[in-house]
Amino acid sequence: MLGWLLDPFSGPLMQRALAEVIVVALACGPLGVWVLLYRQSYAAESISHAMLPGLVVAALAGAPLLLGATGGVLVAAAAIALAGRDERLGGDVGVAVAISALFGLGALLALSPDVPARLGELLFGDLLGVTGGDVAQAGALAAGVVAALALAHRRLALSAFDRAAAPSLGARPARWELALLALLAVCTVAAVRGLGNLLVVALIIAPAAAALNLAPRLPAALALSALLAALAGVLGLLASYRLNIAAGAAVALAAVGLFLASLMRPATARPRRRPVRS
Amino acid sequence: MSVRVHDLAGGYTAEVITGVAFDLEPGTICAVLGPNGGGKTTLFRALLGELPLRRGTVSLPARPAYVPQTDRTRLDFPVSALDVVLMGAYGRTPAWRRVARADRDAARATLERVGLGDRARRRFGALSGGQRQRVLIARALLQDSPVILLDEPLSGVDAASATRIEALFGELRDEGRVLLVATHDVEQARRWDRVVCLHGRQIAFGPPDETLTTDVLTRTYGGELVVLPGGERAIAVEHHRH
Repeated sequence: MLGWLLDPFSGPLMQRALAEVIVVALACGPLGVWVLLYRQSYAAESISHAMLPGLVVAALAGAPLLLGATGGVLVAAAAIALAGRDERLGGDVGVAVAISALFGLGALLALSPDVPARLGELLFGDLLGVTGGDVAQAGALAAGVVAALALAHRRLALSAFDRAAAPSLGARPARWELALLALLAVCTVAAVRGLGNLLVVALIIAPAAAALNLAPRLPAALALSALLAALAGVLGLLASYRLNIAAGAAVALAAVGLFLASLMRPATARPRRRPVRS
Repeated sequence: MSVRVHDLAGGYTAEVITGVAFDLEPGTICAVLGPNGGGKTTLFRALLGELPLRRGTVSLPARPAYVPQTDRTRLDFPVSALDVVLMGAYGRTPAWRRVARADRDAARATLERVGLGDRARRRFGALSGGQRQRVLIARALLQDSPVILLDEPLSGVDAASATRIEALFGELRDEGRVLLVATHDVEQARRWDRVVCLHGRQIAFGPPDETLTTDVLTRTYGGELVVLPGGERAIAVEHHRH
């Protein structure tokens, strides 16, 4: 049994994939908890989709994907900020229009005959193709995200829990919302090489949703989310090896599977979401 | 040191409140009375420095602590009652340090003071409305400010909690703190030391028995005021926005 579990990770290919998915998971997990607590799941989905044009342009230019992802995220963030402020559209409609336009532009560019046949890699990543340098880059970015989350923990909590009183307690909610979106962008860039810009959302949202279902307090939810994201990475790679399926997709499905499993916990044992009437 | 507001007018693009002026000595409970949209919360935001002053001055002995309406907090947030009280110490704790032991001890003592020592580990969202309100007041007490602004702390609160909260107000007054309490309840306001009546501008300020006349209440609430037969009691009708 132990051999069945460990054998797949004996080669350097799977070892690098394992290292990549774990370092990314350790950032995606806790970040996802904050994304859910700030009700920013839509922004997470949007930022990852909207970076597609940057990735395709990088592929066309032969530039590193990391560079393209960074450029794509910056353009996406600016487009979301501008569209979201247009009162004729309203927040969500403006963001949806901006994201659809950017994703459409990315798809249009990707269908150009000059683009290397790597669109699938951009959308869904290539965990088994990561190099040692990719792992180091992802590790550095993920470490930055985790460190920033640790330092900002109390201000993020104040702003999300009690927006009205947060300024009197020492936190400016608008500032910390922006900071969270910036960290989301960095984390997406860190994960895009291995998981692609579509599947990374699963590793951010699903383990966090499971952890919030299971953990009664914030520190426990943050730690559990990191653990579940890493577990999804390990289970996904194992499934990929044993069932001969795409690694990134298997990791995403494993994350969603863990979330579904968290729902099987009896409702009476889950943290209470509704207050008692006085 | 007292709270002094002189000829205050504030708002982002236009004056949302105007002509507000009052002095409150240490050890005063002041009701802030007015209809929905009358400027109670706006006045608090001006005192907290979150609203640009277009005219006038505000003089405070220290940054006020603020207790929001309990329904403005997130009930699904994974925090215990003690975690929420500890937030009162976040402003003086560097990001890279743990909350000081003295503050953690003070947070527990404050929870005891509001009668919720045995609920310290309960999830905040699982407490009753009155208990949540007391936790938010405990958080403000941990901030240890001489001025506390409370936004409708007694609305929707069970009778036991209301009694406890009002008793606590008395203790805080005796400690020399200034409490500004936004309320819709005219009869509640009559029990406190001063009252400010607002309806976009200041209608009146002074001791309740001199200030809360039918004329002042009518100008403050307009059609939202019901004067009971005999004219001795007036009730402000709270219109909820849907």
